[in-house]
Amino acid sequence: MEFLSYLISGISLGSIYAIIALGYTMVYGIAKMLNFAHGDVIMIGGYISLIAMTSLGVGGVTATLLAMVVCTVLGILIEGLAYKPLRGAPSLAVLITAIGVSYFLQNAALQIWGANPRVYPSVAPDTLKLFDGQLSIPYVSLLTVAACIVIMVALTLFTGKTKMGKAMRACSEDKGAAQLMGIDVNRTISMTFAIGSALAAIAGVLLCSYNSTLMPTTGSMPGIKAFTAAVFGGIGSIPGAFLGGLLLGIIEAMAKAYISMQLANSIVFAVLIIVLLVRPAGLLGKYVPEKV
Amino acid sequence: MKTRKALKTATKVDFATYLGVTAAFVIVSLLKSGGFLNRSLTGMLVPICCYIVMAVSLNLTVGILGELSLGHAGFMSVGAFSGVIAAMSLQGAVPFGWVRLVIAIVVGAAVAALAGFVVGVPVLRLRGDYLAIVTLAFGEIIKELINCLLVGHDENGLHMAFNISGTLTIDDLGMSPGGVAIIKGAQGATGTEKLASFGAGFLLVMLTLVIVLNLVRSRTGRAVMAIRDNRIAAESVGVNVTKYKMIAFITSAALAGAAGALYGLNYSSLAASKFDFNTSILVLVYVVLGGLGSIWGSIIAAAVLYILPEALRQFSDYRMLVYAIVLILVMLATNNPTLKNFLGRFRFGPRKSHKKEAA
Amino acid sequence: MMKKFFGILLTLAMVLSLAACGGGNDKPADSSTPPADSSTPPADSSTPPADSSQPSADAPSGSASGTFKLGGVGPLTGDAAIYGNAAMNGAKIAVEEINALGGVQFEFQAEDDVADGETSVNAYNTLMDWGMQVLVGPVTTGAAIAVSAEVYNDRVFALTPSASSTDVISGKDNMFQVCFTDPNQGVGSADYISQNMPGAKVGIIYRNDDAYSQGIRDTFVAEAGKVGLEIVSEGTFTKDTQSDFSVQLTAAQSAGADLIFLPTYYQPNAVILNQAKGMGYAPTFFGVDGMDGILAMPGFDTSLAEGVMLLTPFSADAADERTQSFVSKYNELHGETPNQFAADGYDAVYIIYEALQAAGCTGDMSAEEICEAIVAVMPTISVDGLTGQGMTWASTGEVSKAPMAVVIKDGVYVTP
Repeated sequence: MEFLSYLISGISLGSIYAIIALGYTMVYGIAKMLNFAHGDVIMIGGYISLIAMTSLGVGGVTATLLAMVVCTVLGILIEGLAYKPLRGAPSLAVLITAIGVSYFLQNAALQIWGANPRVYPSVAPDTLKLFDGQLSIPYVSLLTVAACIVIMVALTLFTGKTKMGKAMRACSEDKGAAQLMGIDVNRTISMTFAIGSALAAIAGVLLCSYNSTLMPTTGSMPGIKAFTAAVFGGIGSIPGAFLGGLLLGIIEAMAKAYISMQLANSIVFAVLIIVLLVRPAGLLGKYVPEKV
Repeated sequence: MKTRKALKTATKVDFATYLGVTAAFVIVSLLKSGGFLNRSLTGMLVPICCYIVMAVSLNLTVGILGELSLGHAGFMSVGAFSGVIAAMSLQGAVPFGWVRLVIAIVVGAAVAALAGFVVGVPVLRLRGDYLAIVTLAFGEIIKELINCLLVGHDENGLHMAFNISGTLTIDDLGMSPGGVAIIKGAQGATGTEKLASFGAGFLLVMLTLVIVLNLVRSRTGRAVMAIRDNRIAAESVGVNVTKYKMIAFITSAALAGAAGALYGLNYSSLAASKFDFNTSILVLVYVVLGGLGSIWGSIIAAAVLYILPEALRQFSDYRMLVYAIVLILVMLATNNPTLKNFLGRFRFGPRKSHKKEAA
Repeated sequence: MMKKFFGILLTLAMVLSLAACGGGNDKPADSSTPPADSSTPPADSSTPPADSSQPSADAPSGSASGTFKLGGVGPLTGDAAIYGNAAMNGAKIAVEEINALGGVQFEFQAEDDVADGETSVNAYNTLMDWGMQVLVGPVTTGAAIAVSAEVYNDRVFALTPSASSTDVISGKDNMFQVCFTDPNQGVGSADYISQNMPGAKVGIIYRNDDAYSQGIRDTFVAEAGKVGLEIVSEGTFTKDTQSDFSVQLTAAQSAGADLIFLPTYYQPNAVILNQAKGMGYAPTFFGVDGMDGILAMPGFDTSLAEGVMLLTPFSADAADERTQSFVSKYNELHGETPNQFAADGYDAVYIIYEALQAAGCTGDMSAEEICEAIVAVMPTISVDGLTGQGMTWASTGEVSKAPMAVVIKDGVYVTP
């Protein structure tokens, strides 16, 4: 029973990582940049939905939609103002800019909402009790897992079937060739940021419901973990991000429970290193040998 | 002919770098003795030296070797804590502070080099962003491992314990009553004697420059840069890729360790959480803004960017916001093609004035 | 060569500062401005300046005068911003109150240190450039230890509102604390639990990369061993993992813990309470002073904290007039209920005020002179503050005040 409850908390944590990692992996796949500000967009999504729920008094679903709209606009703005001018610049320059954006969002949130952590009212507050209350599963966990699966399936369909999705895949393969085929690369990249940021908003709502608190630095560590998850599963791959996130969450929970709470993160990272040594492109990543 | 000329320019730049750093040191020392420097600048001199060494050493990995490392602070951490252990445990045996400082720096560099070797073996097999994430992972692992470390010293020598369960305390080391706790797990090292000085910082910067510049201009350095520019081509002409990558990586780690030892001995308390991902990123920002592969660029960027947030104190709460905006704008400006061409016209003019500013 | 050079420099600096001291010493007698006498005695600050017991021989009078520059150092941005902002805001309120009394005037400047030792030393140096005479801070332990070495060398008096580790004050005669030390709290909690809840099975959840939390946990465990308290499970977390406690709570639950000791700050505690409720696990939670503030968290469902016990020196619900007026002022200015850090910051300024009065300092004295004067009187004064009545200090810098155990009922603190 203990094992089961550890497993459940691992899965629900992993699903949150997976949703964030999906956003990461989309942006990386197409724009080929590590968007370090992604975690902070999550935090903004959390605050927007919190304000919607507490000040405007709307329900969880409306609040999430509102957060998605705001984050989408924010994502497009960030892309347009900070990343677009750097297209073609060395990738490190883009990385540093992304770090700058991350600092900016965190400190802006600090100015606007203050350092005091806010209590986040869960969008699904109750708990499911099984086996005479021996095993309890918060509804948020179930919701997170469901949301994660829906998002993954939707993204797979979107990139596989729709015109825009196909354009995205084309851009991720070869931007030059895509442009020659009449694809508006800039628009496609903006679109990717929009989708990634909308996913970040959903992740923000779920993450904050799970944690029940929210502060300006809420997004940074989950951001790094999700980045790890994306690499773990093979960055650029949608099922890879899903699998990576889930495994990362489970490994973290199991390591905490059975090995050492002190070294839980180290164990997660050690597993990542071992996986990358065996499969240098992650679990589901395509390993492309360099051509001479 | 052409290559000889290029070499000559490189040598000139190197000498200018040595000369500039020495001149900066002399000027700052004179200002300091004349009382023209305020306390806040004086207090920043040692950390600036540490960060300069960090930036130059990271430049060796990122700029010269061409591999993105996001865990450089981990090596600094290893160097800092081993240096503190060395200096504190020799407190009774070696009476001279500066001798202990030198020993601490050497020990810090050696232990960090060892860590660099252990990390380098798996890391350097990977490429690109995968390599970056693994260095990040190692940085975090080093942080957590040091968080579990308990070290004390008494007349019987060093006592160490590794606190995996989290239930041990410094009392479990079994030290005699006269023993001193040096590292108390997550609380870090406290009560460290402050041995670092600006003079020592300057010497360490010069030493770092001698090592890095000579390495870069040597046969080894050319091999390393050949690997950066085209690994496959380098391999095909018989360059031992693994060997040269390891040389660059371990040197970089050792220098970071030396910087860490100096840093650790400049503050009376030091916790492993200081050397996290954000510190690695901070140093990376110095390197990128200074210019990849440009040693003096790293020096100036480290000095200016270290002072910047302090100089922005008047903005109080907004200073980190302003810092973020400055960072973004600088990146946008330096990568703007029009501006680049414009600046390219008087390449030497504005850069020299920058140097003075940093001093 | 280098050493000699610096040696000479140092000697020069010392000679200069000595000269400055000498100059300063001559002055106060005649330059003490008329307001010195007319300075109203601290009317409502309740304690009489304890100059009766004052040993210092040649201090001219029992009251201070002039304008003093107080500096504050604490995290105003970053993860720990809440503590620094609270302490500095509290201190500012005290400064305004004291300035409104006439008499001694304070100028106050707060600098940000992001709870980091290196930045804290930079902040301290910036304040020294500004001409600071007495330091209020640093707020967090790691930063305070780093700065304590500097204030000890520079001979500047420092009073930290809330850095509670004994490492902060050990070996420095001019560093004092407003808050309890960590050992104090750990021992106090273990004793309280063993006396009032004998036979409790204790689980501990603490943050092991935080000196405060680890320090209390260590002394708690040591004391628990002495008084025969049974500890059945221990869970740790770090800064990076302070949002998910399901594993730690499950471990405590399956070990049968019926009391969870939380030597941590209230933000993770709020998460712990929330997640424990989600699991249907309802032990008694026992916190220390870091727990204070949980009821004031915006949006916190206070019913979650029903029955939580804590040892705290400050309660925003206390009925006494001073606390009430402080809470309402703070609320008016910052729109939130002050926590223990704000009260510590407020008390710190009043303590310095009392000490300056007792030592008879004047605004034109140098930081070193003020330091020596205050260090001499600190063990003799007794201050009533928001965080304790009749606070006194040992010459080591440790405060002595009575911790108060409270239990949360219907969203307010009541004494059990």
